[in-house]
Amino acid sequence: MKGDTNEQVLLKALANNDSKAAETIYKENFNMVLAFILNNNGSYDEARDIFQEAMITLYQKAKSESFVLTSQIKTYVYSICRRLWLKRLHQIGKMANGVENFESIPVEDDVEIHERRNAELGIMDRALNSLGEPCKSLLEAFYINKKSMDEIAFSFGYTNADNAKNQKYKCLIRLKKLFFSQYNIGE
Amino acid sequence: MEDILLLNTIERYLDGRMPEDEKGFFEQLRLNNPAIDQMVVEHKLFLHQMDEYADVENFKDSLHTIHSKLSETGEIRSTEEPASFGGKVVQLWNRYKRTAAIAASIAGITALFISALAIYFSPSADKSQLERLSRTIEEIKANQIVTNNTLIKEANEPKIPKGATLKTGGTAFLIDGKGFLVTNAHVLNGSGAIVTDKDGHEYNSKILSVDHAIDLAILEIDDKDFTPIKNLPYSIRRTQPDLGEELFTLGYPRDEIVYNMGYLGAKTGYKGDTSSCQLSLTANPGNSGAPVFNNNGEIVGIITTKQTQTEDVVFALKSNNIFKLIDSLKATDTLFKNIKLPLKSSLKNMDRVSQVKKAENCVFLVKSYN
Repeated sequence: MKGDTNEQVLLKALANNDSKAAETIYKENFNMVLAFILNNNGSYDEARDIFQEAMITLYQKAKSESFVLTSQIKTYVYSICRRLWLKRLHQIGKMANGVENFESIPVEDDVEIHERRNAELGIMDRALNSLGEPCKSLLEAFYINKKSMDEIAFSFGYTNADNAKNQKYKCLIRLKKLFFSQYNIGE
Repeated sequence: MEDILLLNTIERYLDGRMPEDEKGFFEQLRLNNPAIDQMVVEHKLFLHQMDEYADVENFKDSLHTIHSKLSETGEIRSTEEPASFGGKVVQLWNRYKRTAAIAASIAGITALFISALAIYFSPSADKSQLERLSRTIEEIKANQIVTNNTLIKEANEPKIPKGATLKTGGTAFLIDGKGFLVTNAHVLNGSGAIVTDKDGHEYNSKILSVDHAIDLAILEIDDKDFTPIKNLPYSIRRTQPDLGEELFTLGYPRDEIVYNMGYLGAKTGYKGDTSSCQLSLTANPGNSGAPVFNNNGEIVGIITTKQTQTEDVVFALKSNNIFKLIDSLKATDTLFKNIKLPLKSSLKNMDRVSQVKKAENCVFLVKSYN
């Protein structure tokens, strides 16, 4: 089917960090999810957070080699958001109003994988945030923003790239310590 | 310093930036030194986690950018304000319906409690006010019920033609001993009528005149069994009754004659109708057409209607209407020439029992049939 082919292309583009693809999916699905969450005891900000989490789930799924699209993107995104939101409501002891504005498919496994991944990333996040400056900014510049050591040396005020490199390794050793104190390799 | 050197080496190795000869040397080192091998594995895992973290963080950033861009262009909603008003109401309703339900029940219970208190503590004077209020409502609705009997049973009395159906019933009384009776027009719903005296004797009668405008009808007993009464014991009064005047009535709310007494409540009738007056006495369906006597045995009115919402508020047509009717009939039809209305009551200064004994012979049960 043409629609399905289009969606496959869209997802491939999403996996390749094509921001146009992300924008298209965002545009076509956000209002639907917003309506669902607003109708079920949620706020605009909560809807945005939930929707973006679902986008991340979709992104990670699209990137994985074993990815197969078994439903429309709309159905998948809605199902993920629904699942995530009902779970959150349950955690804070609230009830959903049972308002459904779309059909949903079972996505329990995907949500579980996503949450496990989130927990792992949370370890890195906490480790980075407890690192302190300038280590945090320095490592973020290198690993997240993919800056070169020359750029980093310049913007952080090191006399040369080698100095910056030395500083980076000192920070990295600390970060790894923090990270592995939380992260269990055996798992 | 050693650690940094090692880390640098491992990174270069994992990056694939290491020259071939150094790589071979390093791999040999990994095989021989498990501690270094462990470090390599660990760092590989760390870098993988870091990559993924970076990837997701970057994606999150781009999502934020997309969100602000789309909400600026209006391609997605930028606030909770929905496109349509109804949606907002539904949202609010959904969010607050439980609160609203609780609030509503509390309000309801409070309202009930307060009205219970109000009823309990309010002085009885309020009650008459309430009744006055309900009367005005009734005026709008004009819901008076007519106090005549509706008889639906198949006629089995011998005087009624076979196969005839009884339609309505009420009371009639003699206005002339020769056999002329007055009743309400609404009592005579059928085409014929028979009258029954208090002892159950039935007489055929003719309907001479029906005037629905003033709700009066004239009947004439047309039966050889009927013996005319020379002098009627009561008179019919031309003038207005007085407020508070004690009154009594004789009628047929059932097959037997029934006595009731009360007083004149108001000089006008329903909605200020000057042709009738308001009585305070008990009347029931079947009392329609019943004469209303004063203490002197003068007929002052004919019971016509009663108010539905209140007890003991009965309206009677004033007796001067009988005079008016007979006078106008006399002018147009010779049939009524002979009617002489009784002008002198012989019931004055008699006790009630004697008055009733004399008068009851002249009060009849009317049944109208088709």
